[in-house]
Amino acid sequence: MPDFATIIIFFPLIGAVLVATLPKEQEQQAKYVAAVTAAVVFAIAAFMFVLYDRDDSGYQYIDSIVWLDSAFSDFKLHYAVGVDGLSLPLVVLNAFLTLVAVLISFKVEMRPKEYFAWLLVLETSLMGVFCALDFVLFFLFWEVELIPMYFLISIWGSGNRVYSAWKYVLYTFFGSAFMIVGILTLGFTAGTFDIRELGNIDAIHGAIIPAWMIFTLIIIAFLIKLPVVPFHTWLPDAHTDAPTAVSVILAGVLLKMGGYGVLRLAFNIMPDVAYDARDYLAALAAVSIIYGALMTLIQKDLKRLIAYSSVSHMGYVLLGAASVGVVGFTGAATQLITHGLITGMLFVIVGMVYDRAHTRNIGELSGLAHRMPFITVMMLVAGLASLGLPALAGFVAEITIFLGSFESQKVATVVAITGVAFAAGYILWTIQRVFWGPPDPKWAELTDADAWWERGPLLALTVAIVSIGVYPAWVVDLLRDGVTPIAGRFAG
Amino acid sequence: MTDIYRASPELALLIAAGLIVVVDALLPLLGREAWSRRRVIAAGLALLGVVASFALSGILIADKERGTAFDAMIALDDFTLFFNFLFAGIAGMIVLGSIDFLQRNRFQAEYLALVLTAAAGMMLMAASQDLIMIFVALETQALAFYVLIGFLKDSRSSEAALKYLLLGAVSTALTLYGMAYLFGISGETSLEGIAQFVSRADSDSRSALVLAAAFLGAGLAFKMAVVPFQMWVPDVYEGAPTPVTAYLSVASKAAGFAVVMRIFLVALGEGLITSDWANMFAAVAAVSMTLGNVMALVQTDIKRMLGYSSIAQAGTFLIGLAAVAAKDPQLELGSASVVFFLGTYAFTNLGAFIAIIAISSKIHSDKIADYAGVYKRSPYLALGLAACLISLTGIPPTAGFIAKVYVFNAAVSADMVWLATIGVINSVISVYYYLRVVMNMFTQDPESDVSFQPSMYLGAAMTIAVVGLLAVGVYPNPLISASEHAARVFA
Repeated sequence: MPDFATIIIFFPLIGAVLVATLPKEQEQQAKYVAAVTAAVVFAIAAFMFVLYDRDDSGYQYIDSIVWLDSAFSDFKLHYAVGVDGLSLPLVVLNAFLTLVAVLISFKVEMRPKEYFAWLLVLETSLMGVFCALDFVLFFLFWEVELIPMYFLISIWGSGNRVYSAWKYVLYTFFGSAFMIVGILTLGFTAGTFDIRELGNIDAIHGAIIPAWMIFTLIIIAFLIKLPVVPFHTWLPDAHTDAPTAVSVILAGVLLKMGGYGVLRLAFNIMPDVAYDARDYLAALAAVSIIYGALMTLIQKDLKRLIAYSSVSHMGYVLLGAASVGVVGFTGAATQLITHGLITGMLFVIVGMVYDRAHTRNIGELSGLAHRMPFITVMMLVAGLASLGLPALAGFVAEITIFLGSFESQKVATVVAITGVAFAAGYILWTIQRVFWGPPDPKWAELTDADAWWERGPLLALTVAIVSIGVYPAWVVDLLRDGVTPIAGRFAG
Repeated sequence: MTDIYRASPELALLIAAGLIVVVDALLPLLGREAWSRRRVIAAGLALLGVVASFALSGILIADKERGTAFDAMIALDDFTLFFNFLFAGIAGMIVLGSIDFLQRNRFQAEYLALVLTAAAGMMLMAASQDLIMIFVALETQALAFYVLIGFLKDSRSSEAALKYLLLGAVSTALTLYGMAYLFGISGETSLEGIAQFVSRADSDSRSALVLAAAFLGAGLAFKMAVVPFQMWVPDVYEGAPTPVTAYLSVASKAAGFAVVMRIFLVALGEGLITSDWANMFAAVAAVSMTLGNVMALVQTDIKRMLGYSSIAQAGTFLIGLAAVAAKDPQLELGSASVVFFLGTYAFTNLGAFIAIIAISSKIHSDKIADYAGVYKRSPYLALGLAACLISLTGIPPTAGFIAKVYVFNAAVSADMVWLATIGVINSVISVYYYLRVVMNMFTQDPESDVSFQPSMYLGAAMTIAVVGLLAVGVYPNPLISASEHAARVFA
């Protein structure tokens, strides 16, 4: 009997096959099949979260079989999956946001079978990335994710969708091309691709290329995904042109693959090199935070605005990682979760505004609060969480990161903290322009979010954001247990 | 009798080829009805031959029959058996893929007989372990291809055949020259005999050996379609009938690699020039990948694009060959990766070509731009072609992904990180032109909304290919193990 990790990876795929094979006449049922699948996956994820043995901080729900066995060398690949404190919350996040994405897509009428099938395939690939315990298997899922994203952006997107889909695929593929060389070199040197074993090797000695080169080959893919300036230019385009639900997954889960990779793979496997690289990474993080914040201030398109704010916020993740300590790592991991929830929620809201007003141009929108009070309240929650208001989730992550990084990265931390001031600026200014202000007669016809599949996801996201903000321990403790072994690698 | 038994998979194909021609000649005597069904009868006989060849290879395995035949001219070992299956499988797919196209041609029987003859020739190429036998097998296969390429007898097909013939003659001459050198210095024609000479050779014969290796490499580079003997590829691929193009691009290439592996790994495998030819192949690999990919980027015709892409793919296989000798001759990972890659590439490229045959016959164009919106007209074909192109790019969960990881792993194991890096950069380039076709099919609007279906034969062939490439992508172990058994022959 396969364990939970295997089930949660492949259950969405089964749902995808069911959706794709629906008869043509019943293609409007696709959304219900997808919703049921996503709900079951979320239930499984919740089970995993509850049943996870918190006294044993190691990997759990493990399945491991030999998948590719070469008789000639150490080239042995395993199908090995499992979760620990770091990956389990990400698995839950993925299950939650995919359910949200499916629900808010209920009005998609163009080729619905394929649309929902690709969403579920995407969920499978992301589950695989977070659960994989074999580096090549991780890479496999990392690459599989390209196909659904490519189709989702290029077929159901808007604007310059084909160009954006291309840009997304080429950037990612460029990064992963180097990553596979790094993985193979690492695996060849260490004699294993098992992430658990790689995380116990003292140092990479006797590699055919220097260790820092392997580290660079691997981390580039993660920095592109995160994204860090100057590798970020794919993100605003992909976000702007992707359909709303895909933006939610993209900001909420896909970017987290980068942060997860930095901690779990680059830092965990090669701590000595990561330690030497920490100042460069902190500098990159500070640049991303400030550059992203400044770019956010001048955006006119709501989706682009949130996309650039993501660049800024994901910079905090790298800053937390560059602090090379358990507090900073915990903060970085928490930021992965909280940013996923908050930005996911922001994209849901922007999508709802766009569906009604058919514009995302901040200059054209005004006084929406009069027409859509519910959406406005939700926007306030998400916005205040995004700028780091205490008692909401964003604050927890950012304060932890700053506490962790101030000791070891003083300059970068001070620079990064000014980013918080910018965040307050762009969030409040945006809410002010779009939602407050005099009601524009042009928007007199707009309706509030009334359908259950619109209100439900927003309320659920609010609950998650507030509960982490008020009582962070239920998530943060788990994440801390997850990153403690990684931090332990830097202690010596 | 043992000789015939050991060569039976090849002979089955040759007998079927003969039968097809004879039966076709006798059919008019059986009346109108039989004559009107000659296409199905000929194709049925051809498939029967393929199945018989498959079955005989299977019996040979079950029987654990190994050894040599015809005075050690050919060897029956795991390597031969792997290629017996591969070529019989390819020939079967080509027969399925040709049935529609033969409808408008009256030389159906001859065409199918030539397809089988070429397959038998290629099996012999993989099995031969004597220079003379290698040459005979090479020519058997080449003669069949000369006719097949010019089969349409229109100006482009004839031009393609002439080009292939002329360049083929030059390459034959180069190969012969290399063989003559080897024979001249060693006094042996059998690969084993040459190997014994080479392992004892002192530095006096070094330059002669290097020259022989260079000539052999150059002559066979034509068959493998790698730089600098790739010039014929785009024109011939474009002009030849599409099923023949498919055949050339997978089978002829695989046979070229099989011969190269026999000659270089057996005859020149150990001794003083191993690192010389390894470097030669490494350089050819790097240049072929880069040139093939860069040229493929600018193509507008899908057959020409696949032609250039096949040059790039062949360059990727050569990485494995270069990795064999770069470190020490014990490292069979490289040769196993080449064999594995050839097997997966056969599925993948055949699937792509069969989808193209089906699509192009309906939209009456080979232009990539005209593939716009194919998904709306024929979702099944569009998905099949997309799966094959994604596998060619090397994106999981397909066979192409495993093949690339496996071959790059061989390069890394042989301390050739630079070559693996050039390989992955080329993968990035290839994303653009492979996925451009996918993008055209899925995101553009078609000019006409008339939907279409592939014929039963084409649909079956494409389904086999797509299921195969996904199966190997998800569970690669059986094919990996078969490739490694085949490669162990060179241990």
